[in-house]
Amino acid sequence: MSWTKKILRVNLTNGEVAEEPLNMDWAAQYIGQRGLGTRYLVEETDPTCDALGADNKLIFATGPLTGTAVSTGGRYSVICKSPLTGAVACSNSGGFFGAELKSAGWDMIIFEGKAGSPVRLHIENEKAEIIPADDLWGKTVWETDKLIHAAVQDPQVRVAAVGRSAEAGCLYSAIINDLHRAAGRSGVGTVMASKNLKAVSVRGTRGVGNIKDPVRFMKSVAEQKQVLAENAVTGQGLPALGTQVLMNVINEVGALPTHNMRDVQFEGANNISGEAMLEARESDGKPNLTTNAACFGCTIACGRISTIDKGHFTVENKPEYWGNSGGLEYEAAWALGAATGVDDLDTLTYANFVCNEDGMDPISFGATVGAAMDLFDLGAITTEDTGGMDLSFGSSEALAWCVEKVAAGEGFGKEIGMGSKKLCEKYGHPGLSMSVKGQEFPAYDPRGIQGMGLTYATSNRGACHLRSYTVASEILGIPEKTDPLETEGKAGLVKAFQDATAAVDSMGLCVFTTFAWSLDNMAPQMDAACDGEWTVERLVEAGERVWNLERDYNMKAGLTGADDNLPARLLKEAAKTGPAEGKVCGLDEMLPEYYSLRGWTPDGQVTRETRQKFSLPA
Amino acid sequence: MDAGRPGDPGNQAEILVAGMKHVIVGAGPAGVVAAETLRKLDPEAEIAMIGDEPEPPYSRMAIPYLLSDHIDEAGTYLRKQPGHFVHHSIEVVADTVASVDTRDKQLWLTGGGAVSYDRLLVATGSVPILPPVSGIDHEKVTNCWTLEDARKISRGCAPGASVVLIGAGFIGCIILEALVSAGVKLTVIEMGNRMVPRMLDETCGALLERWCGEKGVNVMTNAQVEAIEDAGGPVKVRISGGREVNAELVISAAGVRANAKFLEGSGVELSDGAVVVDRHMCSSVPGIYAAGDVACGRDFSTGEYSVQAIQPTAVEHGRVAAHNMANHGSVTHPGSVLMNILDTIGLISSSYGQWQGVEGGDTATLVDEEAFRYIQLQFDGDRLVGANTLGLTQHVGVIRGLVQGRFRLGRWKDRLMKNPLLVMEAYLAVSQG
Amino acid sequence: MLRSLSIDAEKCTGCLQCEMACSYENEGVFNPAKSRIKVFTFHDEGRFVPYTCTQCDEAWCLHACPVEAIVMNKATGAMEVADSVCVGCKVCTIACPFGTVNYNQDTGKVIKCDLCGGDPKCAEACPTDAIVYVDADATGLDKMRAWAAKTDNAASARG
Repeated sequence: MSWTKKILRVNLTNGEVAEEPLNMDWAAQYIGQRGLGTRYLVEETDPTCDALGADNKLIFATGPLTGTAVSTGGRYSVICKSPLTGAVACSNSGGFFGAELKSAGWDMIIFEGKAGSPVRLHIENEKAEIIPADDLWGKTVWETDKLIHAAVQDPQVRVAAVGRSAEAGCLYSAIINDLHRAAGRSGVGTVMASKNLKAVSVRGTRGVGNIKDPVRFMKSVAEQKQVLAENAVTGQGLPALGTQVLMNVINEVGALPTHNMRDVQFEGANNISGEAMLEARESDGKPNLTTNAACFGCTIACGRISTIDKGHFTVENKPEYWGNSGGLEYEAAWALGAATGVDDLDTLTYANFVCNEDGMDPISFGATVGAAMDLFDLGAITTEDTGGMDLSFGSSEALAWCVEKVAAGEGFGKEIGMGSKKLCEKYGHPGLSMSVKGQEFPAYDPRGIQGMGLTYATSNRGACHLRSYTVASEILGIPEKTDPLETEGKAGLVKAFQDATAAVDSMGLCVFTTFAWSLDNMAPQMDAACDGEWTVERLVEAGERVWNLERDYNMKAGLTGADDNLPARLLKEAAKTGPAEGKVCGLDEMLPEYYSLRGWTPDGQVTRETRQKFSLPA
Repeated sequence: MDAGRPGDPGNQAEILVAGMKHVIVGAGPAGVVAAETLRKLDPEAEIAMIGDEPEPPYSRMAIPYLLSDHIDEAGTYLRKQPGHFVHHSIEVVADTVASVDTRDKQLWLTGGGAVSYDRLLVATGSVPILPPVSGIDHEKVTNCWTLEDARKISRGCAPGASVVLIGAGFIGCIILEALVSAGVKLTVIEMGNRMVPRMLDETCGALLERWCGEKGVNVMTNAQVEAIEDAGGPVKVRISGGREVNAELVISAAGVRANAKFLEGSGVELSDGAVVVDRHMCSSVPGIYAAGDVACGRDFSTGEYSVQAIQPTAVEHGRVAAHNMANHGSVTHPGSVLMNILDTIGLISSSYGQWQGVEGGDTATLVDEEAFRYIQLQFDGDRLVGANTLGLTQHVGVIRGLVQGRFRLGRWKDRLMKNPLLVMEAYLAVSQG
Repeated sequence: MLRSLSIDAEKCTGCLQCEMACSYENEGVFNPAKSRIKVFTFHDEGRFVPYTCTQCDEAWCLHACPVEAIVMNKATGAMEVADSVCVGCKVCTIACPFGTVNYNQDTGKVIKCDLCGGDPKCAEACPTDAIVYVDADATGLDKMRAWAAKTDNAASARG
């Protein structure tokens, strides 16, 4: 153990729900969650399938450490083919849903087919039931959560749901659990809605047990919690300021993408920073941030719980937004703020609330609004297209209007909901989409942090910071400082981070632990908990196997090495200010070495030797 | 507000007299707690406890678990330590009190002896009522009240045997599980329009009835036993509406009444057969106290005096009475919250305070009939005054906390009206605020 | 010197490490549903409140038990449930006005905090010192007692 060794298979087409044993040979190779879920996807689906068709599958997967006392051990991932990128989608979420699912006795749920009309799934320990959900269709995530709680009559039930945006086909819709934690990226929510699956609710009271060596495990868990507590980032920075601790830091190093990446520094950065969230408002004397909050089992507690000024134009006379809810994290604050040039904290918090309320990825949403503003600035989009709304950079009104329109899937919101790639193609400037493989970048400019350029270009799910967070090394000096403006050595750095992160994501842990932990800190916990011997080497190997499996899926889905690219703006337009002034991203200096380190061909195909080395499926 | 209540000595202070003799009639929870409390307060006092059953003091609450073989007879004993009462110098006398001479402060025992007292506590509990039906004295009919009754029931519950249970009140319901698991064919006959009508509202009682039905129990409500006839082997139980059931065993659980007949004519005031007490648990006769099911004590919610016949109240009575016996007037009983929790073949129901609601008050309800879950809250203004629950087991005690704390709920009232399950959250919010 | 759990809700982040530590110590599984300490979330207020038995002087549960299954551990001051004696009648669960004694349908017994015999695992696991195990006369306990007293308006009747 500590897998439950049970999968719940839900056929939405014929309404059948069945239990089956977990493939433990695969678990030994792919660990769990991200790796194991992907293994099942590879086995059971055609990579060329229509992501929004009945042939795609939707997999909710926990890790072997999910639901245990290991710090941050409460996570789950949603795996499917992405409608946004056409590549593999794997979105990781915290909150409490994953641990509850594990506690109900399930390692994984595999949804297949498509329901004829809206349904939801309710799980109570070993009992799982498909329930008609016509009454929930058209409801927000927040309404859905409330209605399911009312129906189930158990305050402890945990709900993961999609909002109206997903129903309307927004391509970056998220699955939101526990009201404001998200399996956020790559449109996993869109896939869920395409199956007419509105929500999954779960109550688990069986618990997670069967720890291999309980005494060693509890000792190791306590020691490693101490390591997190004593680390400056995980013990102080993240609890106090959340990931928003980064806003001013990244702005200062000249890597804060601004105005759809026209600029690398944002003059309003301080207004939307973690520090600003602590400042008392004039109206009621309260700061934006009420408290920090933890996901299940997490001893870091970087989560933000915030309020919006009740008098702010976005929430005037809308008391449903006056209470506390999930506040701004760095990526969201950047996308909603710097990417669009909006520096009003309340507007950003409101847009963030709505992204949670109706299930949108705030990164892709904000970045797409940034692209729309760029197009508007160029005159490619006009008020005629928007129905009158002025989409100028920096407009709070425009941001609030966009988020409401995308949430409801109305009017111009439908176009913003396509993502920046399709939007920019439609309006004749495909180069203005700041995306890779169709997925928008997050909050680090590769001109100022070179390793992130390679990270974005090679990420298996399209542009993403969470596949190899080299910011840790290049900016924060973790585990050792590298020069963010230098490309040399970054290929190896990116590969090492990618493999380690794949292992972290497969165990059930949060990648934020890696500010303090390396696999050296995780392996002893994994080994004490789980069947088999789990060394650092084995975890690295498993991580690399997962990476190659994902790559292989993408190649089979029709992607090529040519998709490992960045928009011309980053490769040709130099940074205008800050430490990176004059720099572009040197992707071509890093990519060939990266392919070679990966054991891939010069055009990025997984070689037969590499396939054999990791025993990848044919 | 106690002025004029029977037996209240007003401000007349009494000093504790060393070597005082306390006699307690009844060896149930009220009696035992009173005896122990007295011992703690007065190490010198002479304490005697008279019980009319041969067993060591035991709990009737535990009998259902004895019937279902969860425990043995020793598991029902109120005190587990051998020699507990001897160790605390509490003399346990096995006898029955025939009458009380309040003038000479003396008890007459049916065994022939007499016992004198300085302070007397009547804690004789209640006795079962047998419905006035012909044949009720048949040997195949038994109460479910004493350990001896339990032994008889156990013997009569062979798998497949037909058993009739008269009364679906608290006692009837709580033994259902034992009867069902013994594999008997069970028929329950209840006069009221629902199960446990004195504890649960109509929705709750009806859900419970359906639950029992699904467990294979034949429950007849609005039904009365008209006669029990000897038919050679099993008895024939005639039920209103022309129905009849043959039964190898008939269990009567038709209700109880206060066990205070021996006080008739003693000068101790009775009301509906129960001892009238003031807020010091003192009866109309100074020096004579009453506690537990035999006492018509103060109800916390209504301020009225009534018999609650529940374990926590018996214990509260016993402690208050003991304090006042040791040092008269030292402790005032604020009233006990009427509450009950019942496990009927695994379905748990509970009631608190004024669960029937109060005039002008509000009611919040939430029901999931399929899952056998129900909660009903009663408010007076923004205070919680009562509740019924079904299928809930977690944190239910806070309902008592909210009722007894008389907390003003403020905006939590509205939240509870919308979702009554938030009682714990409401409690934390208002009690910590 | 008796020690007691002191809870400061202001410091709680809602991580449930306490619930896991408690359930693991007592049930052998990580299972918040079986924890004797519970963290209550007030979403709109952005507040997390850990809550468990205060081992109150009134010991309502102990007195309400008909079969003496709840006894005080003199070394720790904790009211402990003796599993072998508890018949599962649940009277203590309604008697405790703090709602901290709960029925476990799987075992047919009640469960409540027993301070882990003097080494409470919840306090040990809490990453923010929201739960600490301190001398009983520390201020935190006074606060809890004061809170308990608000509910206990029958305290005047208790010796």
